[in-house]
Amino acid sequence: MAHFTKATSVHDWLDQRLAIDTLRRVLAKEYWIPKNINFLWAMGMVLAFTFGILLVSGIFLLMYYQPNVNLAFDSVNYTIMREVEFGWLWRHVHAVAASVVFLIIYIHMLTGIYYGSYKKGREMIWISGMLLFVAFSAEAFSGYMLPWGQMSYWAGMVITNLFSLGSLEFNGLVEWIRGDYVPGQAFLDRFFMLHVLLIPLAILALIGLHFGALRIPHVNNQDGEEIDFEEEAAKYKAGRKRESKVIAFANDFLSKDMFVVSIFLLFFFYLVFWHYGFAMDPINFDPADGLKTPPHIYPEWYFLWSYEILRPFPKDPGLIAFGFAQVIFFLLPFLDKSPNAVPASRRGIFFWWFWALVIDMIVLTAMGKLPPQGIYSTIGLVAAVAFIGLWIALPFITKMEKKV
Amino acid sequence: MENSRRGFMGKVFGAVAGVGAVGTLYAMKKSWDPLPSVKAAGFTTVDVSTVEPNKLVVEKWRGKPIFILKKTPEMVAKQTEAETARDVIIDGEHFLICIGLCTHLGCIPAYRENKDDFKCACHGGEFDASGINTKAPPPSPMVIPPFNVKGKTVVLGEEGDQYRKMKEAGVLA
Repeated sequence: MAHFTKATSVHDWLDQRLAIDTLRRVLAKEYWIPKNINFLWAMGMVLAFTFGILLVSGIFLLMYYQPNVNLAFDSVNYTIMREVEFGWLWRHVHAVAASVVFLIIYIHMLTGIYYGSYKKGREMIWISGMLLFVAFSAEAFSGYMLPWGQMSYWAGMVITNLFSLGSLEFNGLVEWIRGDYVPGQAFLDRFFMLHVLLIPLAILALIGLHFGALRIPHVNNQDGEEIDFEEEAAKYKAGRKRESKVIAFANDFLSKDMFVVSIFLLFFFYLVFWHYGFAMDPINFDPADGLKTPPHIYPEWYFLWSYEILRPFPKDPGLIAFGFAQVIFFLLPFLDKSPNAVPASRRGIFFWWFWALVIDMIVLTAMGKLPPQGIYSTIGLVAAVAFIGLWIALPFITKMEKKV
Repeated sequence: MENSRRGFMGKVFGAVAGVGAVGTLYAMKKSWDPLPSVKAAGFTTVDVSTVEPNKLVVEKWRGKPIFILKKTPEMVAKQTEAETARDVIIDGEHFLICIGLCTHLGCIPAYRENKDDFKCACHGGEFDASGINTKAPPPSPMVIPPFNVKGKTVVLGEEGDQYRKMKEAGVLA
């Protein structure tokens, strides 16, 4: 048995049993972050914090929500909104955070793409991040079902129908997912379970993987410079902090992180208190009705770009294009054939590719919200084809790129 | 190692774990199947004797909307053969009976009485008065559900003679 001595303090008592000093050293004090970064490097902490907000507000909503097709709508719109004190606060915080978390995810992803933070040993960071994106998407979709309004019901109908895989007509699979011929009690119950337990568990595990994937390659920096972390850490520990290219994760970097988080929270609570409406679709304030399709069905803003890739094509090609859009980001580290892990501004054509992708996704997002008629259909089709074209062109563009 | 006791124990462990895993997955799969009560509620009888011509009636069957449209003699007269092949004959009258869901992504199309056709608001698909798709994105006609004509009523969910003939002719969807 290990040898224990009489503890000199509570700290010492814990340290002997849990090695808290070692943990703190390995996870915080001697985990190194480059100095050459900017505020975009704080998005990870903003996301972690927003996930915490979703968890806490979700716990309070969970205490009054009823996962029953006859009660769900009123439990949200009457009980939580009118009876529970500050129920409105939890609901608006939850809805706004669910929407804003995707804005930050997109900024976080685009930062990674711009600075080449998905290659040279950072592939697993990218892949675990994309898995998180998928898990967050599933979490957002399952949560959207719960108020059981018209948009919940019809989004549930349309999205589960995708699993019939077009002309393959896997209707049995669709009915299995729903537990009914149409979304009903079984459907609401299982999506409730997914939303409050299984997917959050998966997200927590994936966050662990994402952080773990960062450990060995470390965070990238503004110049894609390869830093000898041991050498720089030695300078820092020797007291030559000004000369060292790195700082400690905690408390040095964390204090900067939390500064950005606090700015973000001001913006976030401004939305919660004055502009929560953008996260609440008016159509979802009508209770679900399986015999009345709303005239225009569209997803939340963060899914519009991929929805618009599905929409302008006939059924089967549309599904293939949609499937392509869902998986293609995963392959980014392998489609980028250039050895350069530097900012896009120093990579020639890739710089234009990056901005073309951003603009194309904004156009797709705008068109996805508009009714599918006339010029909007045409613009949507062009943008969808452009999206696929950009990704097909990526290996060729990056192959031709000169080494910097 | 292959023939040792340890190797044998390894294989036994693998076999037991494998059986357990397959059994667990099977139980999980079956637990998500539609319940017997859901499946049993799958038969609906509709009396069509009071249905007015060119007025769409929407019934509910297995949670899905069922379109019932009695055609006027003029509509029947100008139909093509493919359209007539999908007509359900009840007491000498021509009816369209189909699942009222767009075959693109399952929205409910609206009937336009002045144009004798259906228009889906979600993605702009159109169907004629026999439920046949006339404008993309829907890739196929609206589906005719199993039905059985009994006098002036029709039982949805049961396969009758007319349904079987349509099935053989391949005009159900």
